[in-house]
Amino acid sequence: MVEIRVDGAIPAAEVPDVELYHAKSWITKYVFCQDAKVIAIQYSLTAMGIGLVALVLSWLIRLQLAFPGTLSLISPEAYYQFITMHGMIMVIYLLTALFLGGFGNYLIPLMVGARDMVFPYVNMLSYWVYLLAVLILVASYFVPGGPTGAGWTLYPPQAILAGTPGRDWGIILMLSSLILFIIGFTMGGLNYVVTVLQGRTRGMTMMRLPLTVWGIFSATVLALLAFPALFVACVMMLLDRLLGSSFFMPAIVQAGEHLSYEGGSPILFQHLFWFFGHPEVYIVALPAFGIVSDLISTHARKNIFGYRMMVWAIVAIAVLSFIVWGHHMYISGMNPMFGFFFATSTLIIAVPTAIKVYNWVLTLWRGNIHLTVPMLFAIGFIVTFVNGGITGLFLGNVIVDVPLSATMFVVAHFHMVMGIAPILVVFGGIYHWYPKITGRMLNDTLGRIHFWITFLGAYAIYFPMHYLGFIGVPRRYYELGETAFVPPSAAALNVFITVAALIVGAAQIIFFFNLVWSFYKGKLAGSNPWRATTLEWQTPETPPGHGNWGKELPVVYRWAYDYSVPGAEQDFLPQNQPSKGPSRQAAPV
Amino acid sequence: MAIALAIVLVLIVVGSVLFHLLSPWWFTPIASNWGHIDGTVILTFWITGAGYVAIILFMAYCILRFRHRAGRRAQYQPENNKLEWALAIGTTVAVIALLGPGLFVWYQFITVPEDAAVMEVVGQQWQWSFRLPGKDGRLGLSDPRFISSDNPLGLNPKDPGGQDDIVVEGNELHLPAGKPVKVLLRSIDVVHDFYVPEFRAKMDLMPGLESYFWFTPTKIGTFEILCAAFCGVGHPQMRGTIVVENENDYQAWLAKQHTFAELSAHAQKANLRDGLPSSGALAAAKE
Repeated sequence: MVEIRVDGAIPAAEVPDVELYHAKSWITKYVFCQDAKVIAIQYSLTAMGIGLVALVLSWLIRLQLAFPGTLSLISPEAYYQFITMHGMIMVIYLLTALFLGGFGNYLIPLMVGARDMVFPYVNMLSYWVYLLAVLILVASYFVPGGPTGAGWTLYPPQAILAGTPGRDWGIILMLSSLILFIIGFTMGGLNYVVTVLQGRTRGMTMMRLPLTVWGIFSATVLALLAFPALFVACVMMLLDRLLGSSFFMPAIVQAGEHLSYEGGSPILFQHLFWFFGHPEVYIVALPAFGIVSDLISTHARKNIFGYRMMVWAIVAIAVLSFIVWGHHMYISGMNPMFGFFFATSTLIIAVPTAIKVYNWVLTLWRGNIHLTVPMLFAIGFIVTFVNGGITGLFLGNVIVDVPLSATMFVVAHFHMVMGIAPILVVFGGIYHWYPKITGRMLNDTLGRIHFWITFLGAYAIYFPMHYLGFIGVPRRYYELGETAFVPPSAAALNVFITVAALIVGAAQIIFFFNLVWSFYKGKLAGSNPWRATTLEWQTPETPPGHGNWGKELPVVYRWAYDYSVPGAEQDFLPQNQPSKGPSRQAAPV
Repeated sequence: MAIALAIVLVLIVVGSVLFHLLSPWWFTPIASNWGHIDGTVILTFWITGAGYVAIILFMAYCILRFRHRAGRRAQYQPENNKLEWALAIGTTVAVIALLGPGLFVWYQFITVPEDAAVMEVVGQQWQWSFRLPGKDGRLGLSDPRFISSDNPLGLNPKDPGGQDDIVVEGNELHLPAGKPVKVLLRSIDVVHDFYVPEFRAKMDLMPGLESYFWFTPTKIGTFEILCAAFCGVGHPQMRGTIVVENENDYQAWLAKQHTFAELSAHAQKANLRDGLPSSGALAAAKE
């Protein structure tokens, strides 16, 4: 079936088109749909819906921290349920689902020049299993005892013992939901990987892929390798909880009572959890890295600086992310000799990560910078990511971690680096691709208001929060109470942070209003409003129809970053535009 | 817009630096030998802070200088190997400057001096207990199996080395100033973490294994112990106290504490009076 062409400049393996399944009814077109673009929207709306729950929870958390004891509905049990659900929703059900299921589904087939994902039916199942996982998670609010309050890390033994909220039902639903999420993700993830490897159109070599695709592709490979560790950990804990096995449970005497567990290892759970958990950081970060690269390049009208270095930095980060998990466990009591290894591997990651930052900033150098809303969010990302990245150098360097771990410094760090920074990219990405998805532009003024409040507000929340950690304020405290070493001014700081958090949260209403309003009233976008080079902007229809490309698949002649090419008439050359001279390639093919 | 954004970025940088220098929020005054830990934190602060300031200011400059104006065209420069490698090497040097001192201090942190005294911290929801070795200078064996109301820390009643161990309940421990102490930590229920901000050091109490760290208390005073690993709804209330005092005061406090043997005998007497066998004896009989 594979034909080797030797006639043109671009040798390519070509697979004949397979006829797509065309929807015959409203239900198969919009509900049980196999079109990756519809699945992407289903994923995104579900993720944003559950994300709103997490946003409200974060308000309640902040209200408790600023005004302890004022709101009677926030009991200690409720507080720990809030932080647990907030964390798990944000990391797994919002960010992972949105970047991979949302952006991945929409952009991969379009950007590589495919008609759809390679396994559309499995892709559809992926969403429905994800939705089921979300519903089970939500259901934990309606069972006796409510959702689990074990903290989002779900550390045993505490997660399944009395003294922890949701010990009866909540933890069972949480573990079941995670297991389903992983099953659903695996179906989608295999699709993304195989589509990138096998579904590229003629001329689209790996080294011509936009960095968005590289980011999502690498993150998906990470997720396929990392989620199994979480999967088995969840199954084992479920057995400990339901059948009384002792995978993670040593001999325990709780409140004077000898429990029936014996011989298990709670630290084993931590190893499994973080073997997943650290790559998870990059599962969220790598798509953000990729997307922001394309936003900066497009809106600065300049090729991304150092494309090859950017690709290899993504690959290096992805590989290294599997050997750094122990930096979450420096003070867990594991053999302290591990500290030398994990501190070294962790700080090595700083090098490829810093290279990415340099190359983003150097892309601005001698650019033609259009401060569009997507560009604003991209710049906001760089500020917050650099800020959160350097605090990672504190926590990664084992001895520096000792005084700071388990304090509010950690909370500030990871919110800045894997909360705010990727979310700013999500917003930037939505402002950038919404015109392709709907055919209409998002309102520019609303977008700018949304950016300024979100960016400055988020910085005001998390930058000062680090200093609570320096004082020594521990995280996961329902209330600090009388603590001699904490100055009273820290309470004032907590009030300030809460006010900022309430404002930033409320500002998201502007964004959601804009999404809905512009869908009906937005300015018509045309097919390529940003004058971008990548294939998704070259579709015959906007929004792209089922099958994406009309009769003929596009043929790719150049890399994704031919902006402001000397001698060219326009300041961009689409990837599918043939050129007379030899096309520039980022690397030998 | 470009001008406004560039100004905001500069203000963020200046504001962050000023906040750091002027805000009242920083480490509590140190009360242990771990000044080097503070040193590594401050070193990290200046190296990474310089990087942060440089990157954001450079970006602000680019936004201003290369903002879109009519007729402007961007430069076409896909790569610059020399520059990329120079930046990569520079970053590597900075990372080594952070890692080298960090690992050196970590080595000190995990290398317990030979003359360190030994003590044990035992955590349970939501209280702290302690154990000090008796005259033999070592702690007796323990196992959660032996835990009972008369033997709250689960010492092995058959181990003669444990009989003279001093058992301290009630969340308060005294330590002599200026003497290094190796802290052994264990938990009998869930994960806890022994955390005294003034000492800088902290370590988990992981059920099923024994962890350790060491420090030398250097300041006389009373310090609060917090739990720094989420351990259930009572987590914020799991507090204890460490009183660091001079040798004489410490010896006076020590003399008032009870050994395991004394506690067992006392419990046995009480049980005999109530007509109950001691649970310590029961556990020993079960073996």
